[in-house]
Amino acid sequence: MADELMIQAEGLTKRYGETQALAGVSFGVPAGTILGLLGPNGAGKTTAVRVLTTLAVPDAGSATVAGIDVVKHPGEVRRHIGVAAQDATLDPLLTGRQNLVLVGELSDMGKTAARERAAELLGQFELDFAADRVLKGYSGGMRRRLDLAASLMTRPPVLFLDEPTTGLDPVSRQRVWEAVRELLDDGVTVLLTTQYLEEADALAHRIVVVNHGTVIADGTPTELKEASRSARIEVTLSVPHPGAVAAMAPLVAGEISVGDDGRRLSAGVDASSGLATAVVRALDAAGVTVDNIEVRQPSLDDVFFSLTGEHVDEEDGGEAEDPDHDARDGGAGRADGGDGGSSSSSDGGSSSGGSGGGGGGQGPSAETDRRAAGGNPPHELEGART
Amino acid sequence: MSTTTLAPTRAGVRPPRTSNVLTRGLNDVWSMTRRNLVHISREPMQLSDVTIQPVLFTVLFVYIFGGAIPIPGGGNYVDYLLAGLLSLNLVTSTMGTAVGLSTDLHEGMIDRFRALPMWRPSVLVGRSVADLLTSCLCALIVGLTGLAVGWRPGSAFISIVGGFALVLLFSYALTWIAACVGMNSKSPESAASFGFIVLFPLSFVSNAMVPTQHMPGWLQAVANWNPVSAVTAGARVLWDNPNPASTISAWPMQHPVEASLIWSVVIMVVAAPLAAHFFKRRTTE
Repeated sequence: MADELMIQAEGLTKRYGETQALAGVSFGVPAGTILGLLGPNGAGKTTAVRVLTTLAVPDAGSATVAGIDVVKHPGEVRRHIGVAAQDATLDPLLTGRQNLVLVGELSDMGKTAARERAAELLGQFELDFAADRVLKGYSGGMRRRLDLAASLMTRPPVLFLDEPTTGLDPVSRQRVWEAVRELLDDGVTVLLTTQYLEEADALAHRIVVVNHGTVIADGTPTELKEASRSARIEVTLSVPHPGAVAAMAPLVAGEISVGDDGRRLSAGVDASSGLATAVVRALDAAGVTVDNIEVRQPSLDDVFFSLTGEHVDEEDGGEAEDPDHDARDGGAGRADGGDGGSSSSSDGGSSSGGSGGGGGGQGPSAETDRRAAGGNPPHELEGART
Repeated sequence: MSTTTLAPTRAGVRPPRTSNVLTRGLNDVWSMTRRNLVHISREPMQLSDVTIQPVLFTVLFVYIFGGAIPIPGGGNYVDYLLAGLLSLNLVTSTMGTAVGLSTDLHEGMIDRFRALPMWRPSVLVGRSVADLLTSCLCALIVGLTGLAVGWRPGSAFISIVGGFALVLLFSYALTWIAACVGMNSKSPESAASFGFIVLFPLSFVSNAMVPTQHMPGWLQAVANWNPVSAVTAGARVLWDNPNPASTISAWPMQHPVEASLIWSVVIMVVAAPLAAHFFKRRTTE
């Protein structure tokens, strides 16, 4: 056994009332790696995390964490995991330090060890300045960092991060990403759920895509994007040219579509470095003048569309992208039943997608695609990978 | 993919703790108790329930009703009243338990607790202990305010302490009923209505504020068997204060201390396991 699986899920199913949150989910996470569980709201990500962290009991299937059965020995599993849940799971009336010490004490660390570790983590997450402030006064980004710190109190070998950056501004997101990467140096195994393809791409060794409670794809970020083949190149010519299609054809994957005006050409590509240069050179050599060229990385919506024929619910993506969203409001109105937030939107997954990416290739609709997937501009995706 | 080795990770190394199950449980309860004490200290409303309210009630009742309410068998109204005020304050303050626990269940924090290797019932026990401690503070304030406005217990010091302990024990038992309410409330607000619907009638349909002799017959029967009446009469007996209920033939009025103890124990034996059951049901999915 070359890969010791620190997290293993086998055919997990879970139903909340009318909603089949999990409909047979299986995956494994080798020790010391990060798995990205990717999917839209309502896909079943949070439910999977709740089962693996012993908060929910699966209707069927089995799962082990650190080799321990989550249903048979939940107490033992809890000694090996750290959890940073999607909801605000810290005490708003305690200070940052009190929160961390409380978590440490309740994890049987002992008071002294808990205090020392809390001070260490507050420094590491740059929260020293707010350590003795009541949590009510924390910003969304500070709360998330404290949440992450709380999940690391006992130095758990397995860590679950449920949408750790949803609702964060880009700077805070980068800081959380850096913190997660640093965990790898300590040999921690991480399961991370996210709605952002670029987040999974930036952090995860493997990505499992879930939708409607089932796994629809499982692979490395590169494999996944190749499988979706939805990176597209879009070229705008100065004037229509009969040789343009022939000149581009060897460089792209799949058919080249030509716009009504004969100036806009677009095609699926395997994004590789220097592709845009190569296309421009080939067109130039054929005597074609180019006004504009863009290589558009596949967004979560593209991956989804190619895997399921459905678009990600645009509203969810848009909300997540909203920079003003404040995580402080996030946990306040938490519904009963645990996964209420995600189950509500599972039925409407494709309802509003039609207006978003259906056009494909035109400027405005491409923009909508990106927003729908909650993504950053395409170049950031490239930058994060290298 | 950088799949690593079978070697134990640095992250997995944790100093082994030797504490046994019992001390672990007690540690968890104490941690949760301290958490709730911080809560109460930061919620002005909850804190005023046990600090300002008792002072206000004592002063208002003594000076407003003091002259108007005759005590059968004679005696000062303030001597009669103080046990009733203690009962009223401690009984109504258990509303805080219901609201606090309901709030805990509705915040994401409960999920973190559930994913920690802690003794889960310490969520309930910690809250009840924190409320007992604030009740002790409340009792102290009632006693001191009483002394300031003329209350004079006639018994030995140990018996006076026993009177306070009797009421505190009863209010601790009630926190477990409040916990059951908190576990079953749809929201902290609906948990708060428990106070008005149950606790206020319970406190007032008793001999706490006025002798039951002036109530209509059927209400007298209810009041005489109300546990709050037994507890209040018990404190009066232990403090050697006027206790007109001694002439009432209902068993709890003839044996108020024994009745109080029985009520408290029975309530706890029934409500505590029930609260734990409701808690488990609420947090199982």
